[in-house]
Amino acid sequence: MGIESHLGIVTTCLDKVVNWARKNSPWPMTFGLACCALEMMVTVSARHDIARFGAEVYRGSPRQADLLIVPGTLTKKMLPMILRLYEQMPEPKWVIAYGACACTGGVFRTYNVVQGIDQYIPVDVYMAGCPPKPESLLTAIMKLREKIDRESLRDRG
Amino acid sequence: MNKRELFQYVRSASPVTLEGARECPDCVEVRVDAKDLLSFMRFLKTNDVLAFDLISDVTAVDHYTSRKPRFDVVYHIFSLKNSQRIRVKVAVDEGESVVSVTSVWRGAEWLEREVYDMFGIWFDDHPDMRRILMPEDYKYFPLRKDFPLEGIED
Repeated sequence: MGIESHLGIVTTCLDKVVNWARKNSPWPMTFGLACCALEMMVTVSARHDIARFGAEVYRGSPRQADLLIVPGTLTKKMLPMILRLYEQMPEPKWVIAYGACACTGGVFRTYNVVQGIDQYIPVDVYMAGCPPKPESLLTAIMKLREKIDRESLRDRG
Repeated sequence: MNKRELFQYVRSASPVTLEGARECPDCVEVRVDAKDLLSFMRFLKTNDVLAFDLISDVTAVDHYTSRKPRFDVVYHIFSLKNSQRIRVKVAVDEGESVVSVTSVWRGAEWLEREVYDMFGIWFDDHPDMRRILMPEDYKYFPLRKDFPLEGIED
């Protein structure tokens, strides 16, 4: 609108506060597709302790979630459901494509598998692996934290 | 009842003419005409000696251009009483339909839907003839030999 350009210092300071809050509580949605989901579940266990990043609160409802982890093979039949869940999540929201299948379709170069979730929804972090280890999910979340840190309220409400 | 006895009993007691019957290494295999399918299946189910009461699988084979009629629908049926299996094959061409065996075994319902979904073989008198695995608006039949593995982009 233009008003932000006159409030540069204010929004920059506000960005820091808001981003600090957002990056320390990216609540993921309880959602699993395939074997990658098992690695995701292990990440929540005490050994890997995803709570360090404030991301241990898996929400059962997309309306309470900030982070959509797409863990596993996405079939074309499942696609309408995941799009609906994504659209039900309130802004700001982030997406991690977790595993080779979610990134590119993986080994399933066939008629029934979506060849990468990024054809349909914007992806923030891609994590390769088949399946990626729990440490990889933590890496993805750390990458996502860096990305959130660079965001501005001017770009995203 | 062992496999040999089963084979001989089915051949002698069948109410319909069998187009082919043989003892395969795994089980007895018979081939029937499409018009005789339902009466033969009912015989397998209701005959007290055979008692084929469990339908394990319904699938199909696509011979594409190498044979006419193009498809074989294959039924694998198990008898809990005798611990024996039987394989029934029925030939069907593209565009033709087969009669559903859901009136004999209710468990065939989803199996026949899967055959329809993958091969496009229609089953008459089926209670709910829809696709089961692919999206409902999908236009192709992916296990046909002329369908590319990577699919067809719309």
